[in-house]
Amino acid sequence: MIEILAVLGFPLAGAAVLAALGERRQAPAVNIAFSFLTFAAAVALTVRVIVSGPLLVADRQFFVDSFNVFLVALTAFVGLTTAIFSRTYMRIEQEKGRLTLGRLRLYHSMYQLFNCTMLVALLTNNMGILWVAMEAATLTTVLLVSLYRTPASLEAAWKYFILCGVGIAQALFGTILLYFAAEKLLGGGGGALLWTELDDVKTQLEPTVLSIAFVFLLVGYGTKVGLVPLHNWLPDAHAEGPTPVSAVLSGLLLNVALYAVVRCKVLVEGSLHNSFARDLMLGFGLLSVVTASLLLSRQKDVKRLFAYSSIEHMGIMTFAFGMGGAVANFAALLHMTVHSLTKSAIFFTVGHAAQASGTQIMDDIRGLVTASPMLGWGLALGTLAILGMPPFGVFASEFLILVTAIGERPWAAPFFLVALGLAFAAVFSKVLPMVFGATTGGRLPHPPAMFPVFVHLGLVLLLGLWIPPFLADWYRQAARLIG
Amino acid sequence: MAGIPLYAQLINLLAAILLLLAFAMLTQRRVLSLVNLFALQGIALGTSTAIVAYATGQMHLYASAGMTFALKVGLLPWLLHWLIRRLDVKWDVEGLINVPTTMLIGIVLVVFSFNLAAPISQLASTVTRATLGIAMASVMLSFLMMITRRKALPQVIGFLAMENGLFFAATSATYGMPMVVELGVALDVLVGMMIVGVFFFQIREQFDSLDLKHLEKLKESE
Repeated sequence: MIEILAVLGFPLAGAAVLAALGERRQAPAVNIAFSFLTFAAAVALTVRVIVSGPLLVADRQFFVDSFNVFLVALTAFVGLTTAIFSRTYMRIEQEKGRLTLGRLRLYHSMYQLFNCTMLVALLTNNMGILWVAMEAATLTTVLLVSLYRTPASLEAAWKYFILCGVGIAQALFGTILLYFAAEKLLGGGGGALLWTELDDVKTQLEPTVLSIAFVFLLVGYGTKVGLVPLHNWLPDAHAEGPTPVSAVLSGLLLNVALYAVVRCKVLVEGSLHNSFARDLMLGFGLLSVVTASLLLSRQKDVKRLFAYSSIEHMGIMTFAFGMGGAVANFAALLHMTVHSLTKSAIFFTVGHAAQASGTQIMDDIRGLVTASPMLGWGLALGTLAILGMPPFGVFASEFLILVTAIGERPWAAPFFLVALGLAFAAVFSKVLPMVFGATTGGRLPHPPAMFPVFVHLGLVLLLGLWIPPFLADWYRQAARLIG
Repeated sequence: MAGIPLYAQLINLLAAILLLLAFAMLTQRRVLSLVNLFALQGIALGTSTAIVAYATGQMHLYASAGMTFALKVGLLPWLLHWLIRRLDVKWDVEGLINVPTTMLIGIVLVVFSFNLAAPISQLASTVTRATLGIAMASVMLSFLMMITRRKALPQVIGFLAMENGLFFAATSATYGMPMVVELGVALDVLVGMMIVGVFFFQIREQFDSLDLKHLEKLKESE
């Protein structure tokens, strides 16, 4: 219990302190300190779960099992590394005059609050609170996307607010229907929205209601996952917001939204006894993978390129969860982890690359290796990792998903494979000239924050070669739970 | 109508009013009138919640009825009015609404919603189950309203009206969500409105207008 309080309390306190601290110079360091405390608390929570198994505390309001514990640790970890990165990045932005100190205050405070909402969404046992936290996560990031106050960033933030707002309203309707079905079995009051309670009675939940509820829930949370055709907000928000925000949106928020979908899927599948929920996820997932891979080659803005790549990868995960079964679920969970680490690392390098070249247009970013070797190699390695090159972790998860697809859904495998190939060709051909060749970039006024990048990539490499036994156990348990 | 108790009739009446108001909002061009219609919807919603609370004796529904009045009849319309004054968009009218077509699409949506809600309504044990279709229809109509509008404020009002429909679904189908969830939802709506307010000023500062046609620069392959 104390660990959960700490995990949620530190970012909340951080938001308040950073808002109060205002425009002092130490704000970025304080931001890192609070992120570090959150991460330490998350590690303590993780150790606790390793030692004593799943937790159900605070009058059953919080629930930690093998499915969410690694996501909590991952969220806190990427939250910390992004805070470290944003210190350097935001300093350069500020010196360039793109941001004032007042905006940085908003940024730091909202950054902590955003982390807090995501952790609430992951830890809560209440499907209603899950919804509230997801909506709050949208609200905290809207003003971050429009931080630069340029016309394009305002437009992106407005689109983000309206599309995600409407989407998440559908999810609320789904939650209401879920409650409606559960209330008959569990009675009114607080108990009927608790996931653990619902999970106990899921076989008796009314199938008609749950199937309609799932459509709404999938469309709702799927908007936040960025599933095609609900993905329109995603490239804009990623391209126009500050890079640390793009990194946490892609690396964390999309995962949390997918987590919500999967929690719902477990309940619905238990009630329906057929493959309705799976097929729906399979379809959305495959459509996202294929559409995103086709759109990748048309991108000119480097952050948009990797935003589309995020859509593609979220599609891959949704597709894998849709296939279900021990192997596919295991692979999807692994993919959640490695994608989150790799994509945030890529955004870190891309952010600095854009700063060095003064543009996000890929044609104008050239020869990073010459200008700043670390940056160039970071981007090159990150890109290879995200494209599924062995020995990185993404290769392992994509390979498992592909093998399962060939065995279980032979019709889908060719689409999947072709999409992966297209994505590879598109991204590789665009990134290669950015990394090598004659340089156009200047030097950054401060050395780029490459430490987080290489830590992330190192972890992804490690996960490709060797998965720690406790992590593999969690994946396996969670895969069984998801079914 | 002899078999139906008075309170159920009242709730059905209020549900019908809610739907009617949703249609009125769909075709209303003036921003100021839209806010008033939204406030009226809040009154219908709060009253029906209070009646359900009285009929079923659920105490927490009184609280959520009170919250509805405070938030959706008081605070939010006041905020919207304040925004309209400050931004000086009182006389803004929406140019491009094709009323007959929009109405026809709206009617199709209502029929669709009733069909979708029919199997669920049959399972409901609540006195107000017949209203689930109406709730779903008003959500759909608000959605349609948001799609057809080109200006920022009407879009936001559509968004809030959608939340009204959802809230009505929650009370009519299930006697309301657990209190902690309702509070959370209300908080989100409130914070969302504040952010929208901040946002409007930013948009205005950039574009000198709240017309979203300026916000169509981000297109694919550009």
